[in-house]
Amino acid sequence: MWRYVARRVGLVIPTALGILVAVFFLIRLIPGDPARVIAGERATTEQVEAIRHELGLDQPLPVQFWRFLGGVLQGDLGKSIQSKVPVVEELLDRYPATIELTLAAMLLATVVGVLVGIISAVYRNTLLDWGSMTLALLGVSMPVFWLGLVLLMVFAVDLRWLPAAGRVDPRLGWRGATDFVFFEMLLRGQWTVFVDAFRHLVLPAVALASIPLSIIARMTRSTILEVLGLDYVRTARAKGLSERVVIFKHVLRNALLPVVTITGLEVGLLLGGAVLTETVFSWPGIGRYIVLAIYARDYPVVQGGILLIALAFVVVNLVVDLLYAVIDPRIRYA
Amino acid sequence: MSLFHRRSRVGWLTAGAVALGLLVSACGGAKQPQTPPAQQGGQQAAQQEQAKPAGPKTLVWGRGGDTVSLDPIQPTDGESFKVINQIYDTLVRYKAGKTEVEPALATDWQASPDAKEWTFSLRQGVKFHDGTEFDAEAVKFNFDRWRDTKNPYHKGGEFAYYSYMFGGFDDKSVIQDVQVVDKYKVKFTLKRPLAYFLQNLAMPMFSIASPTAIKADPEALGQKPVGTGAYKFVDWKKGESITLEANPDYWGGKPKIDRIIYRSIPDNNARLLALQSGDIDVMDGVEPNQLQVIQSDDRFQVALRPAMNVGYLAFNMDKKPFDNPLVRKAINHAIDKKAIVETLYAGLGQVAVTPLPPSMWGWTDDVTQYPYDPQKAKQLLAQAGFPNGFKTQLWAMPVPRPYMPQPEKIAQAIQGYLKEVGIEAEIVTYEWATYLEKTGMGEHTMALLGWVGDNGDPDNFLYVLLDKDNAKGPDAGNIAFYRNDQLHELLVQAQEIPDQSRRAELYVRAQKIIAEDAPWVVLAHAQEPIVMKKGIQGYVPNPTGSEPLYQITLP
Repeated sequence: MWRYVARRVGLVIPTALGILVAVFFLIRLIPGDPARVIAGERATTEQVEAIRHELGLDQPLPVQFWRFLGGVLQGDLGKSIQSKVPVVEELLDRYPATIELTLAAMLLATVVGVLVGIISAVYRNTLLDWGSMTLALLGVSMPVFWLGLVLLMVFAVDLRWLPAAGRVDPRLGWRGATDFVFFEMLLRGQWTVFVDAFRHLVLPAVALASIPLSIIARMTRSTILEVLGLDYVRTARAKGLSERVVIFKHVLRNALLPVVTITGLEVGLLLGGAVLTETVFSWPGIGRYIVLAIYARDYPVVQGGILLIALAFVVVNLVVDLLYAVIDPRIRYA
Repeated sequence: MSLFHRRSRVGWLTAGAVALGLLVSACGGAKQPQTPPAQQGGQQAAQQEQAKPAGPKTLVWGRGGDTVSLDPIQPTDGESFKVINQIYDTLVRYKAGKTEVEPALATDWQASPDAKEWTFSLRQGVKFHDGTEFDAEAVKFNFDRWRDTKNPYHKGGEFAYYSYMFGGFDDKSVIQDVQVVDKYKVKFTLKRPLAYFLQNLAMPMFSIASPTAIKADPEALGQKPVGTGAYKFVDWKKGESITLEANPDYWGGKPKIDRIIYRSIPDNNARLLALQSGDIDVMDGVEPNQLQVIQSDDRFQVALRPAMNVGYLAFNMDKKPFDNPLVRKAINHAIDKKAIVETLYAGLGQVAVTPLPPSMWGWTDDVTQYPYDPQKAKQLLAQAGFPNGFKTQLWAMPVPRPYMPQPEKIAQAIQGYLKEVGIEAEIVTYEWATYLEKTGMGEHTMALLGWVGDNGDPDNFLYVLLDKDNAKGPDAGNIAFYRNDQLHELLVQAQEIPDQSRRAELYVRAQKIIAEDAPWVVLAHAQEPIVMKKGIQGYVPNPTGSEPLYQITLP
């Protein structure tokens, strides 16, 4: 077991290094010059050159890369070209929003997805099954931003049940020690703000969860159906166990293995989907911030942001693999 | 493994139809015209009423992006200046809705006859938000920080606008020296006459910040601004909102609204939804098609910002056949500007006859004009030696700008008009930063572009965009690469005369020359709509792009 863990953790470092190189050079392949963006539509060559020098962009690429790498190793991602604020600070300001949204979506997708999958499998080939699988198909194929806009129009504009934008109504004037408004207000028991934050979270979480929820539901259904056909299930039933016990005690553990993998992968995809969701719902998270930074050619921000997301992806996958080993003894000893 | 085995097709279809029906009805519901709101503007507003019984009067301003920095001299984006305008004051400011200046932190001023020395008397008894007294020292401190690259506080960014408006730093700066005459008198000495010096000082970038705050940490001012303005900075949640509160001691009187909150809602549709659902009170960055939706909704009113911009099609005169004036005139006649403005500017455009917007002093329409006349265009092309037209490229911007709301559609329209007179123009576009770079280097043949004025002075249009001084790559302001010595002399002369009426005469002559040479097709000036709840009063948008809000009242 421990050898497996060590091997798996060891892989993280080369992966991260690969990401660093890719991000650094890819962003620089996009034509356009951050110095020009800063200088605005109306600067002289001299001004642009001065800014380029100021930012160290007049150095050869390898030199820039070494500087960047050296900074990363010391936990310094440089300063945002636009705002001059250290990138780490800028990202920390926005990461909580993305984490809260991703967690909410993940929770929704997993719990509801698995439940729908179980129900579909148990009541297979009934109208219930067809209905939920059709919805799942729709959920997978619907573009997130389009679904987001529809949700907005229905629930925020027409019905006025939920707010249309942001994380919390700024009119409430909330101040927190952290940017985890949802968790912090929950722990502090500031219910007015918490309820408002919750109401803001519903629509983006549903929109973001739509794809993974559908995938998890379909996956759960098919693996359960597969396991149900196995001999040991027949034995269990033959022993006279009730269907509920069979499903929850005997079938689920085996059936959920692939679901765990998918869930892990989905977390990574969620971070990607968050870009669209964050844009539609004006969610002040990291995805939207990176997109804006790409437009402004804010290299340090893009590098730092993508690095963080990629690392999150790597870590989640690591956790999934380790969980796998915990759930299924066969993997540990392979 | 098959996900859907053993499934009857009929069941599929039924379930699918049901689901689709649900979806369609949901969308249909969304497309229905707005139901008139309840008296209280829906549940949410009602909840807020409960949340703050007679709480502070708050205005929520929804916009497309977040501020970059609140150190006035650092940013170059409008979203930063909107907020800076509330927190800080300048020495002089623009009159409500106009580009002429009036007293602000300076109450009175004199220029020497050669326009090289300017002496300002300052308002007394003004304090910065941190309690620091505002005086001549504070003015000198700010200007020295901006100008002198060796100044210990010349930190926190590139100071782009200082170098842009005053020619550079250190020895290059037009401002040579700022002297404290006495506690409330300050004297600027300029290297050369600068007729539009006052106009520059009214720009929000040259707002005066608290020396105490800058000395504590010049790099922190961008995040924790301290000015003398009508509103104090409270809190900035990145990417989300900036909250300001009224400064009760403001020299212009206590603001009528207690709190202003700027919210960033980047998606235009989402921002409109937020306005309709009452999450925000004001919305800017309105798209033409949204304007129609809003105008049919009696809960809202529209304020129009007078144009201080120009959208144009520039010919690259360094490239054939655009070196030939007949070709340029022909294309000017070939394009129906009026139709373009009527159909693609959503009723917010004015057809342009010169590069200057009509609201600006010095503007004239007594110049050569080019009415839509395809026959005449063909005739001129034949005269120029192109009886069958020619092939070329038409460069179009990838993003809507204030002066050109729908660049791709405008490009297609122009392409159609050109085709009618035999010119085959292929539309070319690049991502925005790249587009600016390539046009600045003169890679284009014809390119759509535009300009938003800075300081409300004609020089800022005519000299910047059409003087031979700026017809040089790699970042030409004059992307027509139009070089006319006679024009150059007029423009340079006008930079040195402090008398506005004499300058205006020179600019009228300049516009005549430009119209005759036709380096551009001047297309349009666009007004910007700002939409707000009915009942909000006292909001006067300024042509320069942002304005103080302390005189606004809420219902």
